[in-house]
Amino acid sequence: MSDTSSPLIDLENISLSFSGRVVLSEVSFSVSRGEIVTLIGPNGAGKSTIMRIALGLQQPDRGQVRRAPGISIGYMPQKIMIEDILPLTVRGFLLLRPETTEADADEVMALTGIAHVAKSPVQRVSGGEMQRVLMARALLGHPDLIVLDEPVQGVDIAGQEELYRLIALVRQTQNCGVLMISHDLHMVMAGTDKVVCLNRHICCSGAPENIQDHPEYHALLGGKLEGIALYTHHHDHSHDSDGNVVTHKSKEKIVDGHGEEGCSHDG
Amino acid sequence: MMDDFILKAIIAGILVALAAGPLGCFLIWRRMAYFGDTISHSALMGVGLGIAFGTGSPWVIMLVCALVSGALLLLEKGGKFSTDTLLGILAHSALSLGLIIIALQDSLRQDMMFFLIGDILAIDMAGIIAIGLMTVVTLGGLFFIWKPLLSITVHEDLAQVEGVNLRATKIIYMLLIALLVAFAMKVIGALLITALMIIPAAAARNMARSPVQMAFYAMIAGTISVIMGIMMSSLWDVPAGPSIVLSALILFLIGCLLPSRLRI
Repeated sequence: MSDTSSPLIDLENISLSFSGRVVLSEVSFSVSRGEIVTLIGPNGAGKSTIMRIALGLQQPDRGQVRRAPGISIGYMPQKIMIEDILPLTVRGFLLLRPETTEADADEVMALTGIAHVAKSPVQRVSGGEMQRVLMARALLGHPDLIVLDEPVQGVDIAGQEELYRLIALVRQTQNCGVLMISHDLHMVMAGTDKVVCLNRHICCSGAPENIQDHPEYHALLGGKLEGIALYTHHHDHSHDSDGNVVTHKSKEKIVDGHGEEGCSHDG
Repeated sequence: MMDDFILKAIIAGILVALAAGPLGCFLIWRRMAYFGDTISHSALMGVGLGIAFGTGSPWVIMLVCALVSGALLLLEKGGKFSTDTLLGILAHSALSLGLIIIALQDSLRQDMMFFLIGDILAIDMAGIIAIGLMTVVTLGGLFFIWKPLLSITVHEDLAQVEGVNLRATKIIYMLLIALLVAFAMKVIGALLITALMIIPAAAARNMARSPVQMAFYAMIAGTISVIMGIMMSSLWDVPAGPSIVLSALILFLIGCLLPSRLRI
């Protein structure tokens, strides 16, 4: 168990290029115990890459990843394709995690509400159920940090709310940190403490605003979505086709380091 | 009474099938059927090299298979060509090299067929013991890496985050296949060993409710194929290796007709 004041994971000045193309530039953020951090950004912004670096699946060119000593990480991947040729039940899938007992599997299945599909082939559960199965796998072993890659992707609104409520519950009861990628540039989970907007560099980060302040979305979504909040941010610069930062006023290229300010993403 | 050499052939064949079934399950779960071919084609090169150096030892075959597997892992890391393409290049290069090395040794030319489809009826007691040890080591090794290998098969990143050593697990699996192929050469030959790994495993699919069951049923299907094949071979005087493969095919077709048991 780590000290509650220091972050569970701290990424500092992470940079990465793939064959000359800059994927991430000087990205820094951290996740502390009890904190929910949501990554948003357009396609190709490097959200999945920075997550892979945080998980230790990918090495950055420069920068440091510091994990609190001895922490355990639960990971919920985005999508999972299991061949039909593999006869695997939901329970069998959960038991693949090292050092997992039947009782552990039963516990997370009850928590995520998938006990009724325990004996079903993992290929035959619905999209919403599959997300909960993946969530259950991430929750095994009471991790200190949960990393979720687009946890509500492809799930209907009611299902999204349910998953978000579950994440909030787990954060509260297990006092773990949560790092997740949002599938939507404009929507993040209501309990989010910090939003990090990424577009190869960090455009902006901060607390999400309340959905009530945004009549447009409020009207669109009927105000019933307790589990979902809106994050809007204003931009003072945009990106040219190479991803370089261009300010609106002068069109001068500027260097990074615009902390709490924002940028827009055209296309 | 059954002839002695037929009994020995059946025992040797069953021992190979017991190891081939579970290893073959992973080949089809991991969509690596062609990897089996690449390894067995490399085995032919191993046979040629072994004889050139004056030994018929299966360890030379295994070493060559392991080297080709290692080359595959290295080339995959380069990332320029897909695994599929690399397997094709390695398999056929190794096969051609093996055939040329064998052809250069005049004494061996007429025995080429032996290396391609095996000669199970010529197995002696020492051969059975060697194959039996191979089976014990292979199944023991597979038992040891069963859970991590299955986890990697389902999702590599997830397995790695959960602490599975990807590289060690994959290397052990490849070495187990190389071990099986090296010792099965005499029994079923380079061209047919992949069939004995894949077809019984595929035949077992619909019967199985779990990965362990599928591996177990693959062993049974392989065993039945060996017995049927050798009977067929002695009845009609046709080669044993191909008869075993055709028997496995019959079981596979029967397996396809069964409804899948993994339903609620």
